[in-house]
Amino acid sequence: MGSNSLYGPIDPAEDAGYDAPPPRMGFFTDTSVCIGCKACEVACKTWNDVPDDGFNLLGHSYDNTGGLTANSWRHVAFIEQPVRGSQPFAGQPTGPSSVPATNVIAARSAAPTGTEPGIPPAVDALAAAATAGIDFVGGATSSGCGASSGGAAPSGPAASSPSSGQFLGMPMSDLPGKSAPAPRSDFRWLMMSNVCKHCTHAGCLDVCPTGALFRTEFGTVVVQDDICNGCGYCISGCPYGVIDRREGDGRAWKCTLCYDRLGDGQTPACAKACPTESIQYGELDELRERAAKRVEQLHEAGVPEAKLYGESPDDGVGGDGAFFLLLDEPEVYGLPPDPHVPTRDLPAMWKKAGLAALTMAATAVVAFAGRRR
Amino acid sequence: MAEAHPVGFQWVIEAKNRGAKVIHVDPRFTRTSALAHTYLPVRAGADIAFLGGVVNYILSNEKDFREYVLAYTNASMLVSEEFQDTEDLDGLFSGYDPETNTYDQSSWQYAGQQDEGQEEEDSHVDRETASGLEQESHGPPIPADVPRDPTLQDPRCVYQVLKRHYARYTPEVVERLCGVPQEKFLEVCEAWTANSGRERTTALVYSVGWTQHSVGVQYIRTGAIIQLLLGNMGRPGGGVMALRGHASIQGSTDIPTLFNLLPGYLPMPHVSQHETFDQWIDAIRHPEQKGFWSNAKSYAVSLLKAYWGDAATEENDYGYGWMPRLTGDHGTYQQVLDMIDGKIKGYFLLGQNPAVGSAHGRAQRLGMANLDWLVVRDLYMIESATFWKNGPEVQTGEIVPEECKTEVFFMPAASHVEKEGTFTQTQRMLQWREKAVEPLGEATSELWFFYHLGKIIRERLAGSTRTRDQALLNLTWDYGEDEPDGEAVLKEINGYDLTTGKLLSSFTEMKPDGTTSGGCWIYTGVFKDGVNQANRRKPGSEQNYVAPEWGWAWPANRRTLYNRASADPEGKPWSERKKYVWWDAEKGEWTGDDVPDFEKTKPPSYRPPEGASGVEAISGDDAFIMQGDGKGWLYAPSGLIDGPMPTHYEPAESMVRNPLYGQQANPTRKVYQRSDNLTNPSPPERHSEVFPYVFSTSRLTEHHTAGGMSRQLAYLSELQPEMFVEVSPELAAERGLEHMGWAHIVTARAAIEAKVMVTDRLTPLRIEGRVVHQLWMPYHWGSEGLITGDSANDLIGITLDPNVLIQESKVGTCDIQPGLRPTGRELLKYVQDYRDRAGLAADHHTPIMTVGEENADDGQQ
Repeated sequence: MGSNSLYGPIDPAEDAGYDAPPPRMGFFTDTSVCIGCKACEVACKTWNDVPDDGFNLLGHSYDNTGGLTANSWRHVAFIEQPVRGSQPFAGQPTGPSSVPATNVIAARSAAPTGTEPGIPPAVDALAAAATAGIDFVGGATSSGCGASSGGAAPSGPAASSPSSGQFLGMPMSDLPGKSAPAPRSDFRWLMMSNVCKHCTHAGCLDVCPTGALFRTEFGTVVVQDDICNGCGYCISGCPYGVIDRREGDGRAWKCTLCYDRLGDGQTPACAKACPTESIQYGELDELRERAAKRVEQLHEAGVPEAKLYGESPDDGVGGDGAFFLLLDEPEVYGLPPDPHVPTRDLPAMWKKAGLAALTMAATAVVAFAGRRR
Repeated sequence: MAEAHPVGFQWVIEAKNRGAKVIHVDPRFTRTSALAHTYLPVRAGADIAFLGGVVNYILSNEKDFREYVLAYTNASMLVSEEFQDTEDLDGLFSGYDPETNTYDQSSWQYAGQQDEGQEEEDSHVDRETASGLEQESHGPPIPADVPRDPTLQDPRCVYQVLKRHYARYTPEVVERLCGVPQEKFLEVCEAWTANSGRERTTALVYSVGWTQHSVGVQYIRTGAIIQLLLGNMGRPGGGVMALRGHASIQGSTDIPTLFNLLPGYLPMPHVSQHETFDQWIDAIRHPEQKGFWSNAKSYAVSLLKAYWGDAATEENDYGYGWMPRLTGDHGTYQQVLDMIDGKIKGYFLLGQNPAVGSAHGRAQRLGMANLDWLVVRDLYMIESATFWKNGPEVQTGEIVPEECKTEVFFMPAASHVEKEGTFTQTQRMLQWREKAVEPLGEATSELWFFYHLGKIIRERLAGSTRTRDQALLNLTWDYGEDEPDGEAVLKEINGYDLTTGKLLSSFTEMKPDGTTSGGCWIYTGVFKDGVNQANRRKPGSEQNYVAPEWGWAWPANRRTLYNRASADPEGKPWSERKKYVWWDAEKGEWTGDDVPDFEKTKPPSYRPPEGASGVEAISGDDAFIMQGDGKGWLYAPSGLIDGPMPTHYEPAESMVRNPLYGQQANPTRKVYQRSDNLTNPSPPERHSEVFPYVFSTSRLTEHHTAGGMSRQLAYLSELQPEMFVEVSPELAAERGLEHMGWAHIVTARAAIEAKVMVTDRLTPLRIEGRVVHQLWMPYHWGSEGLITGDSANDLIGITLDPNVLIQESKVGTCDIQPGLRPTGRELLKYVQDYRDRAGLAADHHTPIMTVGEENADDGQQ
């Protein structure tokens, strides 16, 4: 095991002991052409026989999946977003934006997914907080039936009226970016198909005590369901909050990058189903070149905000096998801005632990010495 | 398009990546808008004002492709002096009769041909029988010789008539009517015109929601006028393309499931108009007319020979007497009302779920509950099979399961992957598909079902001498013992030379003497050379870019219709960049990348001799060969019931008084004025404020139409699990609606409930100085399946386009209130309370002609 095995750029398949492995395969998900059709989610579930995650209207735009869980290995995020500093929306007579309020309401309406821990509220909350100008209704109180009121004037609270309250249990009167209600600015709707990143340094794999998680010859990370004992260590090991356990079954499940298709030279189900080539599958090196060109093309076409996420081998996980082209900061999509594998800190931790042990030993010696006295 | 046609939308993305500018005009910000460069919110139901504004921009700035317009359109033809425009008559064209609400179309004709125009009576029959549908493959009749002014200066020429008609549709007016800021509107005009002409072409793509208006046909007409003015028809990259709502909807009009058409757009005989065989034939071919319809007898006789084989002889007019006859409106909505009235006893439903998917769901369900028997063939037990026990009317007490007399027979159907056959898509291309898996359980294909149903009926009728049974007994009905062979049927559709037994290779081989057969003349050639041409799959990389060897397109494998227009009048390509089909003078024939849509050896210089008719009368520069005058129509002197030029009328339900004309809504729209089909009041009627908001409905990507194919599947249901209504934050504030709370929506027909989705994707518009709120709902939910909810179509009444009898289901007025709707009997009272406040008594008649009426009394007659 080289020193780089814990951190930094490596070829993970070689590092795992494969002799002359095939090229590392991965996904490049170009969110600038995603149309949010969710064909990837359906194709994934159909091919991999993943159960549904419950019929829950989440209220978070058109996202009723909520996040990556043991029962959803692809997740299309929808972000309704005012464009900061732009003209009023379409030049129309508009009031304040509904985005922050609806995001916060959606973030608080956790829905069961049949998995554990399921969707961490923080994922939605991050997206909610990233939208400018948080103002939201105090509580989602239900209105009475309008049967008797007929067409009379409404009596319920106005949805756009700001009020103080709590945000995920914390006082929220002054979240970052908060400001008084401003007229709606121009608007955009971002969509992004999220998936397991198949990290170069995979936290889940590093901590798996049974060997259920393994590195494939294609450099991807796969759980073997006949070995997994459901201990759940991998869940805290994943810097992206991807891996998750299925209720009733207890085992951990996540994207396999369709390992059973790759062996036959086939494209993973999601990429095959994607109508706009937002999800591209191929050799990682080639995908990185393609992605760099795409960013360049978008910059030339007047989309300066286009940026890659998870493509750099120098990042905290040694680069992702599944990386993305985003049109805003990662937090907006519910992605951690600076993910890193827990083992990155291992040498430093060992050093600290060693120092601590020495200190303890010294203290003990001193203590014993003192007793002798 | 990204919402309802995500797979087709990949080509928009492809174009965008190559530098195309994408503009999206829609009442709400959708997944399409998300990918567009420019999004324009627009008021639902004001599209003719918008597109009329584009026409005005083109004409007033002389942006038309003048050489194309002069050569291939009717711009230079002179219109009758008797014609009066909506601009003269406050929203009516000349010839309107308020008694029948139809036009005497004589004055709309070209100069000197007023006698050729349609009388009111014909116009009425045409509306009842949706005769506009016959024009899918050809224009209506028109004499060939028309006086012209090639300088386009004569005030009576079509160009000038058009210019005057749209002169008032200025950017200011577009902004006032549609709510589109002028600069955004001009951005559209500039992009569309800059991308059209000699070197460039623009395609107009619409989805069928565009047709679902009381002026639906005129919406498409306005688009066609723009495309003709800009030279975008019959050329590569141009055209007007309809994205259909299901696979093979094009196929289901080619070989129709419609009451008024026979295969290949031959009209269904009408009891009074087509008493004899010759009357029927002449009504199709119009003896003095130009064009390919002069051979109609060959197509008709071949069809009858396909039906009745040897039993169809010259002596018995090829069995014409056995054909059913139309007696009036037998459209789907008339039928439902007839069911309610007890006039229809039995009904077949095949892959259709009207209890959820058709306008006025309550009428649909009450109609079906009044039948003796109902056969439902579908993949699952859909709402139309269980309305008698699980429908909303059971809760209100209007249907009592123990008393409902309808006997429902449910027949499980094979899905498209469980049977073989063809799909015909929007380009008229047939693609054969194989059976992938065997149907589950007792599910069977339509082919199997109808073949065996026919066999059983024929066995029952065997030996009958009654005339009415002869049609069935004489049918050629021999497809073996079990599953009929789909290719055998496709061969029968293709047609045979009956003297040699060989398959025909083109409809030009069809004969009027009974020696050929063919089930659908426009499909002849699909089995050319004994090969299933629809099953061809040559990769695009191995052929030219038109890809003529992938599948097969009607007619004659032609991929772009009227492609003679891709060359100039002399037969040369308009430009190198847009060359497609051209005249090869050396070889003396038309050639190019596609099959030329012209007689192969007729030179561009050909001029017909005096008195010619039929194909011979088509001049060498008549690119629109199926039109009676060979020209693309900017102005339709005949064939449209509601007028020769599209005019802005408000939807049948609107809270806005028509700002342009005294005539509020389409004066010829088809209405059913009944107590169970009341229309929300619109100005000049009073009380329109009871229903103060505009609503529209459409699909979500995650579901399929009435939900029969998606609400039964967990993987789709979880993606959009509940009925919801989208409102702007401004409307939410006005009505006290809370995100993810409940609300209910009310019209004169029904009240339904839905979860509220407050979103910036909807925005109020400023229309005529007032703020108009629009709300939107998907229409996928019903009472069956893994996920259930109220049906948006319950809100919609039955008002139809007069040309093709399609319902106005994309725009209406409503109220929205927070909270759940009442249940049980209370629900009926609740809706009645709204009707009372809106002045809609049971015998209320909505005024149709509103010229000269301001705030008319309650509309009682």
